[in-house]
Amino acid sequence: MTVAVDPHNPWLARTVRIRRIVQELPGVATYDLCFDDAEIARNYSFRPGQFNMLYLPGLGETAISISGHPRRVGVIPHTIREAGSVTTGLAGLPENSCIGLRGPFGSAWPVEQCAGRDVVLVAGGIGLAPLRPAIYELLSQRDRYGKLILLIGAREPSAMLYPAEYNEWRDAGMQVEVTVDRALDGWNSHVGVVTALLDRVPLENPSGTLLMTCGPEVMMWYTIQGAISRGIPADSIYVSLERNMNCAIGLCGHCQLGHEFICRDGPVFRYDRVASILKVDNL
Amino acid sequence: MKGNSSNSGNPQQGQHSASAGTLAASPRSRPRPRLAVFKFASCDGCQLSLLDCEDELLAAAEAVEIAYFPEASSRMEPGPYDLALVEGSITTPHDAQRIQEVRRCSRFVVTIGACATAGGIQSLKNWAHHEDYLKWVYARPEFISTLATSTPIADHIRVDYELRGCPINRHQLLEVILAFVRGQRPKLATHSVCLDCKLKGTVCVEVAQGIPCLGPITHTGCGAICPTYDRGCYGCFGPAAQPNCRSLTDHCLQTGTSASTLLPLLRNFNGYAPEFREASNRVEALSAAAASVKEPIDE
Amino acid sequence: MSSKPSSEFPFSPPAPDSPANHNPDGTSLFLPRDDLNTLIGKLTADGYQVVGPRLEQEAIIYGEISGADDLPIGWTDLQEAGKYRLQPRGDQAFFGYTVGPHSWKKFLFPPVAVVATAERDGTGWKLDTPDAEPPKYAFLGVRACELAAIKVQDRVFLGGPYTDPIYQKRRNAAFIIAVNCTQAASTCFCTSMNTGPRCTAGFDLALTEISDGFLLEIGSAAGNAVASGLSLQPASDEQSGRGESARQQAVSQISKHMDTTDIRDLLMGNLQHPRWDDVANRCLSCTNCTMVCPTCFCSSVKDVSDLTGDHIDRERRWDSCFNMDFSYMNGAPVRNSIHSRYRQWMTHKLASWHDQFGSSGCVGCGRCITWCPTGIDLTEEVAAIRSSPSSGRSERPPISDAEVSAT
Repeated sequence: MTVAVDPHNPWLARTVRIRRIVQELPGVATYDLCFDDAEIARNYSFRPGQFNMLYLPGLGETAISISGHPRRVGVIPHTIREAGSVTTGLAGLPENSCIGLRGPFGSAWPVEQCAGRDVVLVAGGIGLAPLRPAIYELLSQRDRYGKLILLIGAREPSAMLYPAEYNEWRDAGMQVEVTVDRALDGWNSHVGVVTALLDRVPLENPSGTLLMTCGPEVMMWYTIQGAISRGIPADSIYVSLERNMNCAIGLCGHCQLGHEFICRDGPVFRYDRVASILKVDNL
Repeated sequence: MKGNSSNSGNPQQGQHSASAGTLAASPRSRPRPRLAVFKFASCDGCQLSLLDCEDELLAAAEAVEIAYFPEASSRMEPGPYDLALVEGSITTPHDAQRIQEVRRCSRFVVTIGACATAGGIQSLKNWAHHEDYLKWVYARPEFISTLATSTPIADHIRVDYELRGCPINRHQLLEVILAFVRGQRPKLATHSVCLDCKLKGTVCVEVAQGIPCLGPITHTGCGAICPTYDRGCYGCFGPAAQPNCRSLTDHCLQTGTSASTLLPLLRNFNGYAPEFREASNRVEALSAAAASVKEPIDE
Repeated sequence: MSSKPSSEFPFSPPAPDSPANHNPDGTSLFLPRDDLNTLIGKLTADGYQVVGPRLEQEAIIYGEISGADDLPIGWTDLQEAGKYRLQPRGDQAFFGYTVGPHSWKKFLFPPVAVVATAERDGTGWKLDTPDAEPPKYAFLGVRACELAAIKVQDRVFLGGPYTDPIYQKRRNAAFIIAVNCTQAASTCFCTSMNTGPRCTAGFDLALTEISDGFLLEIGSAAGNAVASGLSLQPASDEQSGRGESARQQAVSQISKHMDTTDIRDLLMGNLQHPRWDDVANRCLSCTNCTMVCPTCFCSSVKDVSDLTGDHIDRERRWDSCFNMDFSYMNGAPVRNSIHSRYRQWMTHKLASWHDQFGSSGCVGCGRCITWCPTGIDLTEEVAAIRSSPSSGRSERPPISDAEVSAT
């Protein structure tokens, strides 16, 4: 069986085509990628929270979390912000371009453990992208879970990611609250940091609630402190961390954070496992 | 061949018609960026590195329009330019004005070489009385209009990128040019020469032979030439990222290298680079302090 | 072959009563001095590229060996923190030195290697990985600490969910001739790391040098096959005794010690210790320690393209946690100080390696001490932290709302 990553030949990338590009925000676009090889496409599956290494020949690879529906076979969306050379190069490519992909890699959001529990998801900025597969997955079997609350923070209203989907998610049974640092005329929702929003959300059973967060590291840290003060146990809190990933397979050493390889042991961690190292600067 | 994906890379599968994946030939058609090469106080060696590129230069010439390059061509188009490569340091009042004009007519300014990025070997005069130098060198010094110092370009104008080396590494130069052509910031390594020695299997000349070597504090780029030939590094590529010059110079002084050996090593092509400058000034001060302590005993 | 990486971890040493073992009663075999050349010749005839110690660049390095004359006969090395010097021994010993600037990792995990290729193919790309067979190496003169280092790298490159094909091919093909140390440098501390100086497992053949030849042990079937082509004699009690006292000499010369008691918790519990500032004043962040370390495995892969941009090699090079770019993320390095980089290196080597790979990353070879241009000695750094452990773990400083804000 031809699979996307052979454990004994993990450096081999597979070719994919950019089937569709959706401009989400200035400098942020979603790229729907499809494998050229039909067999690989059939065999490819990922879990919410995992990432792929996208490869632009001549420029190199970059780690991008998958932002699509885990149950939708064939198309793999990646929401990407133009930042480094690879993502900037990607921004210059038209639809139908050919690039390389290795993946999926890394750990996943604990969707299975959400059964029967209230779930809070806290996203900061583009941190919503790695959470979206979890949102899709939770909503695809909505009745398995208790309350589902999604808190989204962004700099300003125009920096909200996937705004067109919020009402769909609400209709499917998720409470979606948005907040911005700076409001403009016409904004009729919360203003302030997303961590403040968390303080105001009613939690009926904090000790049984599970929280997932993705965003800037300092935002996640304060979100976690807030969650703990609300009574959510440290072992029910999950974070998605980021470090410089070069190989994605635990062989190059770049993405170490304390004893963890973010690419292999992460990017999604249970908070109590990384609590001590998150406090240390420049680790 | 394991897991070759060549079949999957075949475009025959159908409807993919665009010039996919072509980074060099960007789909956004635009005129070629205009490149200019300017010379200030320097030996021309860095410009020659560009000419030395030969085949690569042709490829670069396809990517850019070489609009102003007196060293290479009599065709000298006026500005504005998209990318200016600047060689040499500022040593005259005239050049101090001319560099402002370069900045005004150039979208990006990249300085190339030790003179442009650190003041060059001519910055030795920054530690001397330049009037004396004028008298020693020129028969009629009154005809010479020169500044008291040789300073890097970045002391005078905003510089978008500095490419180090005496002379520069032509491969790095091409990488920098192509990065600007692609609209990206060049990302060249900033590590020490030591890593290059190790990749080649070159044994550390400092540890195995006691030869004073600036490799641990010097920026990569030369391919670690000198240690390969049993010589210490002269620091031609200037300071590496966050160099610990103080530790290296202290260690050299403590293990028998004299200040008179260390000073010219530090005050070389990149002597006026801030990190090397501070290190050599400190060595000089330490040495002067040691001498003043010794003097009464000597007498 | 017992020295081969097994797919199961941890490794098990070869069974002592394995039929491969030529000398099951524990008595050693004797290889006369002149027959070392026969051994090298036999390995060469078997298709191996023999690599071993050579005198080059004022040091004993590892390079290609075509005969026993290529070995550093009669030379030894004097080592201390930040200093290495060759010196004549006054005898004709082949292996009368300790360990030098090179390690065997340069053959198993090459400093520069192509891990993948891309070739333009119409409107797309053909992506591939190289499948050329690497040289079949015979390593001559592998010390006990180096056997341990190979075992450590086996876990890194072969023991995880993904294996590195470049390392695997080279490792599978390698033939290992260990040589027991008969002397130690002032920088050696293998006894603290339980890695030596005696070679006990992980080799095909092991030698102990005595004046008239070598005591030889067989560690694998492949070793047995090679040994069967040599004119071996049973070692006399007197020869065995001389071998034992030569090996004992190495043990007694080891003067450096590192207390590894609870070292993982000691270091991870002292991430804010003032000693990191102290060592940062001395450390050049030059990468020398990581480059000479036989277990350091960090690397970076970068695209190298030809002029047309149509043929691309994805080139892997040794990299180092001491490089500022190594932790580059979102426009800035995470470890933006020598303090944080030295801490990363030492805590990884001695502490977090245990979490990641079930052993220390240090084998006590002392290379990082000798080849540090300013002579930093990690055993002293550990001792300094141990002598005054700090409990202070600073929390993040208060941060304004603006900094908490998204994106």
